Amino acid sequence: MINDVILMNGYGIYVWSAFCFTLVSFATLYYVIKVQLVKEQVKFNKKFSNLITEKADRVKAQKEYKEILSNTSSLKI
Amino acid sequence: MFNQFSPSKIFSFTSKAPKYIFAIFIVIISIGLIEALFLSPEDYLQSDSVRIMYVHVPAAWISLGIFSLIALLSFSILIFKNKFFPLVAKSLAPSGFVFNIIALVTGSIWGKPTWGTWWVWDARITSMLILGLFYLLYIIAWRIVDTNNVNKVTSIIAIIGVVNVPIIKFSVDWWSTLHQPSSINILSKSTIHESMLLPLIIMTAAFALFSLLIFLMKYNTELIKIKNKGLDRI
Repeated sequence: MINDVILMNGYGIYVWSAFCFTLVSFATLYYVIKVQLVKEQVKFNKKFSNLITEKADRVKAQKEYKEILSNTSSLKI
Repeated sequence: MFNQFSPSKIFSFTSKAPKYIFAIFIVIISIGLIEALFLSPEDYLQSDSVRIMYVHVPAAWISLGIFSLIALLSFSILIFKNKFFPLVAKSLAPSGFVFNIIALVTGSIWGKPTWGTWWVWDARITSMLILGLFYLLYIIAWRIVDTNNVNKVTSIIAIIGVVNVPIIKFSVDWWSTLHQPSSINILSKSTIHESMLLPLIIMTAAFALFSLLIFLMKYNTELIKIKNKGLDRI
């Protein structure tokens, strides 16, 4: 039975390679986009920690920046 | 209406949604793969090679759908000058391009046992390759064109490229090609058996979820990039 699943009447090489190519493409795209996202979040966090207190407080007050900061901290966990 | 796409409204969603979408995607793709590889029947003519359809067809559909959406957004960018639509369109392009490549490569793999060749300059395959080139041009334009003109240039590329979409769709009817005519029709009765239609629908749903996941992650990245530039100015 396992042989039937692998060989698929002689078409196994084509079917498995098509499915593998698709899944590898998915994994690669996900990895590339995730790396870009993490890179930007880290860069944001670094820039934010370099701000002086007064400026940081002003930025913290803005909702969108709060969201980025909260996501960056959860990313570290 | 277009203010709904502003970062402040959408960021809390785009930053939290990916993990839930990823979980749903894993469940649906697992069911889809079991259906496509093990449970669906083999074709009386193509035997087991027909299973390639379950990755090839959804990839082609989503690739066409995403490009059409990019073109629609581009049209709106030129008319309404909305400043967040370019960000949405830019974030859609990577997954659309990868789905285009998947459709071409899996189609080529399917072509070998079915037609006896990896590649033929058939109307549908050629027009699909042209769509891939438009995707590539669109993505490259975002990288190389200066900030003042990038929205206009990328929008024009997408609008010119979308002319190719109906050509891809109707190429099998307009020209004599190796591709069979559509088996699935929205307006008339589909000729595909439901035992094959079910895995096809599940795999399409999984692929759509994956493109949504990539879109949200990319959109998030672009928003943080803008905020990073904003921090530089403080």
